[in-house]
Amino acid sequence: MKREPVLRVVGKMLIPYMLVFALYVQFHGDFGPGGGFQAGVISAAAVIFYAIIFGLPAARRVMPEALVEAMVAAGALLYIAVGFAGLLLGGNYLDYFVLDTDPVAGQHRGIFWVEVGVLVTVSGVMLKIFYMFAGRQRED
Amino acid sequence: MMAVIVIALIFQRNLFSVVVLAGIYSFLMATVLVALDAVDVAMTEASVGAGISTVLLLGALHLCGGEEAKPLQRGWLPLAVTLVIVGALVYGTLRLPAFSDPHAPIHTHVVPRYLEQGPKETGVPNVVTAVLASYRGYDTLGETIVVFTAGIGVIALLRRRRRDKDGR
Amino acid sequence: MQAFASHYTYWVTVLLLGAGLYIMIARGNLVKKLVGLSIFQTSVYLLYIAPGKLIGGTAPIVSEAYQVYSNPLPHVLILTAIVVGIATLALGLAIVVRIREAYGSIEEDEIVAADAQAGDGR
Repeated sequence: MKREPVLRVVGKMLIPYMLVFALYVQFHGDFGPGGGFQAGVISAAAVIFYAIIFGLPAARRVMPEALVEAMVAAGALLYIAVGFAGLLLGGNYLDYFVLDTDPVAGQHRGIFWVEVGVLVTVSGVMLKIFYMFAGRQRED
Repeated sequence: MMAVIVIALIFQRNLFSVVVLAGIYSFLMATVLVALDAVDVAMTEASVGAGISTVLLLGALHLCGGEEAKPLQRGWLPLAVTLVIVGALVYGTLRLPAFSDPHAPIHTHVVPRYLEQGPKETGVPNVVTAVLASYRGYDTLGETIVVFTAGIGVIALLRRRRRDKDGR
Repeated sequence: MQAFASHYTYWVTVLLLGAGLYIMIARGNLVKKLVGLSIFQTSVYLLYIAPGKLIGGTAPIVSEAYQVYSNPLPHVLILTAIVVGIATLALGLAIVVRIREAYGSIEEDEIVAADAQAGDGR
């Protein structure tokens, strides 16, 4: 499919915007609809779009399998680590108000890191599942 | 219109068109959700249901190869069971609160507190994000772990092992 | 008639639920069953979110211009439910792919017949 000039050009124009939109949705989740899950799915969709147009080996060069597998676990670990940070700084597990001297700023910080963890895990899992389905040959 | 799509889906045998119809259904559901003021949920449903779900179904169809479903030979039992369940549910929903009733129990217990105190305590105007990440943070942790489990489950099921004895 | 106007949303939900349930139990193709499952799940999302809407309210993002907000609590629960639904779909499709490789078909009656044959032949 990478020989089709229309798809190649449109893909190269759209994919950066999709990634930027995913980051916008992530960071504006506080003020409008959005948040970690939507952003994770949109960023995975951008890389899947790239893989469909330019082929799976090209996508594997951009996002190697080891990196995607690491992302799957890293996001969940980040979320759990934020919880432990609350524990170590004096509150209960997953308390955010102890993360900063001002409790509201602490909540902001906690919510930010938690959403980043969700983004990393969700986009890693969606991408990994796509790699597994698309990379498998048909048996017959 | 959603009812039309779903009925068409029931009778379609070509699996590729089933997948396309499911994507259309997801987008229609997302518009209905926007009409119900659920903007976060609509964005998630549109991206997940119509985007990733369609991609995964097409990937699975490519691997499974079956393009036509066989015609039905079940008889009337499934239809009868479905109609009984639908009837029971309609009877059950007669006692639920009317649409958009401000005195329904759903609006009275903890939600006014979230709506008033949420932006003040967390500094985040989007109450859904505040509840999701802060007030109900444990549930979101569980959900992240569910997504993680799905990922490693698919890895475990579809990983290719190089065995020299078995074909599996 | 009064009951119809005020409970119409619940009945739409129940109809979609019935359609999804029918696809799941009455069709033999495994991929179509999974699509029926996801239709069933979306109808349940509608069942939760519809009672939260207040006519004249707006989306639950607090700002100066609005006083009445729709209920945010079901939104949170359904957000989780959507993500869990797609996790289920992904795992289900992976199992269907493995079944296809083991049995050669994804039609339920062919698989059951192959199992019965293998069971009798032993």
